[in-house]
Amino acid sequence: MDNMILEIYKGGIPVIEVLDRWYNDLKLEGYGAMIPFIGIVRPDNGIEGLSFDLYLPLLSEWFKKWNALKEAKITMAHSFGDVMVGETSFLCAIWTKHRREGFKYLEEFVEDFKANAPIWKYDLKNGKRIFAGDRAKPLPEAGILG
Amino acid sequence: MVSVEFLGPIQMEKKEFNVQSVRELKDELYKIPELEDWLESLAVAVNDKIITSLDTPLKDGDKVVLLPPVCGG
Repeated sequence: MDNMILEIYKGGIPVIEVLDRWYNDLKLEGYGAMIPFIGIVRPDNGIEGLSFDLYLPLLSEWFKKWNALKEAKITMAHSFGDVMVGETSFLCAIWTKHRREGFKYLEEFVEDFKANAPIWKYDLKNGKRIFAGDRAKPLPEAGILG
Repeated sequence: MVSVEFLGPIQMEKKEFNVQSVRELKDELYKIPELEDWLESLAVAVNDKIITSLDTPLKDGDKVVLLPPVCGG
């Protein structure tokens, strides 16, 4: 796939460094809008942070269809391992000619990401890593073994 | 043999099964008590493609991964 930008980091993403690099790499590609989304780990329920597992072969496969868009480009980074409160585990940017379609793609992309990306989240609390099952949803294709 | 990997929060080592289809694999998975609470919510990928039919054939060397409910971001 041409120029697919899907970056994986162990621990928190160096947000400004990554955005700066994406911006400089793509600012002359004809896009009039770069819309970044920076997910920040919140200090909910006394957690110290979050932790993630991901399955890269299927994550790349999922991301390919978003990379095939003609009128937009999407760049994305995600963490695995521990990401502490205040750090960033998910970063993306939508690149379009104009802002309107960019905002639309941002919403669609993040929704699709939440529903389909093969990533598992854990709370880090009192030194333990606890699966966030209450916030997890079966994949749309799940259930054939039920 | 078909290798089966349990992803994310399922605390189980990779296993191998002598099965010819996902349906046969399903029967084997139901014999594992630790998987009981997971099976209904799993998605299944064969050689890194998600499949939706129990009749999907499996052959020697195929790689199956089982994907529990997801939550990225």
